[in-house]
Amino acid sequence: MAHSAAAATTQYNYDIIKKFALMALVWGLLGMSAGTYIAAELAFPFLNFDIAEITFGRLRPVHTTLVIFGFGGSALFATSYYVVQRTSQARLASDWMANLTFWGWQLSVLIGIIGYMNGITEGKEYAEFPWYVDLLITVTWVLYLLVFVMTLMRRSQPHIYVANWFYLAFILATAILHVFRNLSVPVGLFNTTSYSLYSGVQDAMVQWWYGHNAVGFFLTAAFLGMMYYFVPKQAGRPIYSYRLSIIHFWALSFMYMWVGGHHLHWTALPDWASSLAAAFSIMLLLPSWGGMINGIMTLSGAWDKLRTDPIMLFLITALSFYGMSTFEGPMMSLKSVNALSHYTDWTVGHVHSGALGWVAMISFGSFYHLIPRLWETRLYSVKLVYVHFWLATIGIVLYIASMWVSGIGQGLMLRAFDDYGNLAYTFIESVVFMHWPLVVRMIGGMFFVSGVVVMAVNVAMTIRNAKLEQAALEAKIAAKMAKAGA
Amino acid sequence: MKLSHESIEINAGLMIVLTLIAISIGGLVEIVPLYYIKDTIEKVDGVRPYTPLEQRGRDIYIREGCYTCHSQMIRPFRDEHMRYGHYSLAAESKYDHPFQWGSKRTGPDLGRVGRKYSNAWHTQHLNNPRDVVPESIMPNYPWLLRNELDYSDVADRMRALKIVGVPYSETEEEYLANVEQFGAAMADQFDINRADQNLLAQAQSEDWDGDRTRLTEMDALVAYLQVLGTMVDFTQYDEGYFAEFR
Repeated sequence: MAHSAAAATTQYNYDIIKKFALMALVWGLLGMSAGTYIAAELAFPFLNFDIAEITFGRLRPVHTTLVIFGFGGSALFATSYYVVQRTSQARLASDWMANLTFWGWQLSVLIGIIGYMNGITEGKEYAEFPWYVDLLITVTWVLYLLVFVMTLMRRSQPHIYVANWFYLAFILATAILHVFRNLSVPVGLFNTTSYSLYSGVQDAMVQWWYGHNAVGFFLTAAFLGMMYYFVPKQAGRPIYSYRLSIIHFWALSFMYMWVGGHHLHWTALPDWASSLAAAFSIMLLLPSWGGMINGIMTLSGAWDKLRTDPIMLFLITALSFYGMSTFEGPMMSLKSVNALSHYTDWTVGHVHSGALGWVAMISFGSFYHLIPRLWETRLYSVKLVYVHFWLATIGIVLYIASMWVSGIGQGLMLRAFDDYGNLAYTFIESVVFMHWPLVVRMIGGMFFVSGVVVMAVNVAMTIRNAKLEQAALEAKIAAKMAKAGA
Repeated sequence: MKLSHESIEINAGLMIVLTLIAISIGGLVEIVPLYYIKDTIEKVDGVRPYTPLEQRGRDIYIREGCYTCHSQMIRPFRDEHMRYGHYSLAAESKYDHPFQWGSKRTGPDLGRVGRKYSNAWHTQHLNNPRDVVPESIMPNYPWLLRNELDYSDVADRMRALKIVGVPYSETEEEYLANVEQFGAAMADQFDINRADQNLLAQAQSEDWDGDRTRLTEMDALVAYLQVLGTMVDFTQYDEGYFAEFR
């Protein structure tokens, strides 16, 4: 047993995975803390402290960049490098290229967030990176594609495992989205500003084609890759339906690219474009739920694991939130619902039911599976995994529920008329109404962040134990050698 | 050869090609026609590029992340009409690189905030929103009044915007085309060769931030806010005209 585990670490490149996994936790902790802080700023605006660098408008892209690209991105690099090696039974194609993807990615995130705090931004949601970081990301991403595909080519299995299809689609789609969203003309070689190639209505369509597929491929397809490996692995059972995975993959890849326009209902974008996007959004419910069913039903016959295995609890809860938010999404893409929900906190709540409930929970579950295997030890505390699970779940529920209240409440107030046909409320009255929901949302965020702190402690102790065990083992061997020598 | 999914699963190259096809179609169908269907952007008079001072104000608007809480896109609903004015037209943001329609209204829409409040109100509000709206949750922006406006690269900025399609002029020919399209007074403003002096002149033309002796970031931002949504004169058009383009 010990022998085969030792063989795995030399056969596979685990070093790069360890680095990405740890950075995912670091960025996650920072990004979620930043999110909680800006949530607090909305509830208690004095927290802006008249300091430009930490005002809501500048910290918000810091939060989104850290959680999407820092936490999510690093988690995807880590798990994709793990999954592609394990399922191909081949070592990562190039150690130095993989290392460059690590440094390129971390540097991009770091330069990005420092820039935002100093007012360097392109002003496009989730694509705020300035032009020179865009270039760095492009190079990093090409290397990523090369490493991933070259490793696939080395596989000792004829078949490419389904998880890798999703990772591959995510890498390809992200490359296309990133390049076309960020085409822009810099003001000068030494100027941080660049102006988007597109303007107005076209820029809006390109933005939400990009923005929604950052959700669709970065935050969904890729994390489904995670799901297709770690759920069956942790459950110790094969994936529920091979055929369903094929339908899930192709339908999702094809349809997601159509739906971004639903962010632009009732705007100056022509109706045909947003209606088409809405139609595809509704159809997308089918592959989404197909995937959810495929994941959850993998546990069929082993449901008892939910009682004994907190990692399974994370994974299955993540899939449940995935199902919930992929139901809520198509509903919000209906024009009549969108008329109320758009521009309000309902959207923010929806995003977080996906981001916290699905993306973060599936990552946590996968990491709890992954970390002990990377460091060849056991998890420091299973009890702490339960603690993390409940902190996270309570946090999400508080978050989503308060945003429903805030969003639907504000939406209804702003469209209310009095008996004389005048507007019943001023805008600022809706802001006053939102105060308590915003406070509850902040508390939800605090729960979620404290869960991550618990996880960080658990991981740190696990790695510490692994090192102690390793040292003890080496001492034992050294003692034996010395004895043999004497 | 038997057609089965297996042939894709064992061939990475084929899988890459088919995936690329699957993910390309949606974007192509929805984005490309927006450049070719004539009715995408209304034919309407008055919409013009930003002056150098307004453009610098817009840069500051983006720098501070105003779009994270304010939209610039009024929808065709009765409540929005009463609160903000006529719904936004595609034409009104055709010179916006990037667009700033926004996606969230933690504060009100700003699509037609221009000339709705006085310069003094904006200055006071940006300096400390609670001075004029006690319940506001917007941050204070006191540094806008403290910071001198940096306009050293405004001509370069206009040149970059020209490359992406904004009709700023550098040659006599381009200038004359602008006179034709926007009138002589505005065409002067869009002349890159006179960017600095135009910016300074506009900064002096009104009391933007309450102190004409200093050129601050507040001057530029207020000048930008005051032009938002004011370019089109809606009294010139029948009520039903714009519906044709929806």
